[in-house]
Amino acid sequence: MAHEGKGTGGLDTTATPGSLGAGQPSHPIGTAPEAAFGEVPEAFSPREMDAPLHAKRMIVNMGPSHPAMHGVTRAVVALEGETIADMKLDIGFLHRGFEKSCENATWTQCFPYTDRLNYISAIMNNTGFALAVEKLCRLDIPDRAKYLRVVGSEIHRICDHLTLVSAMGLELGAMTVFLYGIEARDLLWDRLAELCGARLTSSYCRIGGVSRDAPEGWIEKTTASLDRVNELVGEISGLLTRNRIFLDRTRDTGKVSREDAIDLGFAGPCLRASGEPYDIRKAAPYLVYDRLDFDIPVGEHGDNFDRYLVRMEEIRQSDRILRQCFQQMEPGEIAVKDFHYVLPPKPQVYGTIEGLMAHFKLIMDGIQVPAGEAYSYTEAANGELGFYVVSDGGGRPYKLGLRAPGWPMLAALPYMVKGSLLADLIPTFDSINMIGGEVEQ
Amino acid sequence: MPYHLPQDKPVSLRERLYLSEAIRGLRILTSHFVRNFFFTRETNPDILARSRKLSLNATLAYPEEKVPYPPGYRGLHRLVPREDGKPRCVACYMCATACPAQCIYIEAGELDGDPIEKYPTQFIIDELRCVVCGFCVEACPKDAIRMDSGEHSPPTYERSQQVWDIKRLLRGTPVSYQYDPWLRRGASSIPEDKLAEMRANARPFHTVATDEYAQTPGFSVKALAAEARARAEAKK
Ligand code: SF4
Ligand code: SF4
Repeated sequence: MAHEGKGTGGLDTTATPGSLGAGQPSHPIGTAPEAAFGEVPEAFSPREMDAPLHAKRMIVNMGPSHPAMHGVTRAVVALEGETIADMKLDIGFLHRGFEKSCENATWTQCFPYTDRLNYISAIMNNTGFALAVEKLCRLDIPDRAKYLRVVGSEIHRICDHLTLVSAMGLELGAMTVFLYGIEARDLLWDRLAELCGARLTSSYCRIGGVSRDAPEGWIEKTTASLDRVNELVGEISGLLTRNRIFLDRTRDTGKVSREDAIDLGFAGPCLRASGEPYDIRKAAPYLVYDRLDFDIPVGEHGDNFDRYLVRMEEIRQSDRILRQCFQQMEPGEIAVKDFHYVLPPKPQVYGTIEGLMAHFKLIMDGIQVPAGEAYSYTEAANGELGFYVVSDGGGRPYKLGLRAPGWPMLAALPYMVKGSLLADLIPTFDSINMIGGEVEQ
Repeated sequence: MPYHLPQDKPVSLRERLYLSEAIRGLRILTSHFVRNFFFTRETNPDILARSRKLSLNATLAYPEEKVPYPPGYRGLHRLVPREDGKPRCVACYMCATACPAQCIYIEAGELDGDPIEKYPTQFIIDELRCVVCGFCVEACPKDAIRMDSGEHSPPTYERSQQVWDIKRLLRGTPVSYQYDPWLRRGASSIPEDKLAEMRANARPFHTVATDEYAQTPGFSVKALAAEARARAEAKK
């Protein structure tokens, strides 16, 4: 592998390369951190970690509740002076049993669970899951529903990237950036509340379409909001992009080369920042992405600064996509007219026996998804969001698997920061945009 | 087409000198500061509608100023009453079945002298368990539960106060439709004159598309309105 010897776990080929704990016997959480690093059993001797220590290492616990460790992630860092000699990640504080919970719910009831994966960009998760099930059902949804899903996803992509950029600014000392970014994000969330009835937990998609149509005048309002967001993004960019302090802290830190990024399983903005022009929206267009004209920004160095720039550019590209969608969208159905999948319109439920029966069947038994398995992969804000669903022909998922977009990046974090300063951990952790909800499921 | 990042250029001498870039950044900040400091903040709760000619302040002084929730916002539940004060609910358990959080508890009772026969003697929603997904509203075949109250569940000191029972849930404007069984067949439990009044107030729904239906998935208000228009056109 290209990074042979760099990560301490590189010896254990079955483990995630670079993760420190690879191949080591697990130790219970909460034992003294020294035990995790210092006394490695003799049996594991041919490891870098066992090399005689040239200085007394200091073990620092970052997190689980540390302002820079978004959500609750615990990073145990072994420091030599101010250099990170080793790092170990301890995740799972936000584990909720997503997959198993979904297997106990009907297909429709899974949507609220998917909302809470990446809670900053819920509609993208909704879309990914809906696409997986529709793949199983061989269902083609109406055009307007496709556009609405793309619109929701792209607004949420902007929100997600804004959150990352502002949090990165905040944690590097630029509080103003955070305020501007959150102001912009709030504007968009207000529009989403008008679209789907909630700011965060949208539950917007349904199998076979979306739950609501855009209200009257929403497109104009959203366009106006996007204009405002552009202004604010311009100001954020003015404050950060050529800012010497920001440049010094992000340039050449957390570097991942193109080969390593591919080896480590990166996807999404982090992979593109390393120079690989891979975007699922282009490589395997889903929904209506093949009808939209947009470009993929690609970085060169794969450092934190490139990851930041890729996000800023993607905000602009999403803005382009949204405006095109608004032009191309035509009035029409927002869900398939098949009562095996979609609840009948209320007047039919209230007024006709067929409607009522279909309604009761759908609620009580759930959608009867044909037996089989399917994997849907979509480009979420942080990378490839994969849903693997298995159906036994019943109303509930037989098995559901999730490929969390943020996971490969998080797993590579120890590899990325090893040998750098402790201060570099912060921008690196920010720029991979770890979202506890999706990584820890 | 992939393209390279436009701003990823090496640090120029000007930037390395630090001061000029710092001043440029300060200009952005100062412009915000001066405008926000010398001009008063607008209090329009709709941030987007605020004019940004003078103050750029987007703050909302929350408890005093509140943003009204948009129509269709999933707020606190209510059980929709009929005009005679009884719930529209027929205790069919659809909402409890659809609820992914399993936070609805219903006990059914019998209603004498009313064609709906069944009604909830107890209807409890645990707002702490509720994930505010709105599935109960979609699942109700009687339009008996709604989340259109335009408020969120108020904070309380005790958990038990977040468990809403039928006494607190049954509120808001009553709703009747012309096809409602108690209006079509009459109900001995409702006085004749009241029934006549209710019939007069009842709304048709077949071709008229209103926003409240927008809570149903697969239901396009606009499409329905267009259909109705087309039918009217065809009649002429
Ligand atoms: S909103 Fe969702 S979670 Fe809450 S009561 Fe209704 S169905 Fe249950
Ligand atoms: S509120 Fe509606 S769905 Fe729930 S029991 Fe009553 S009638 Fe049935």
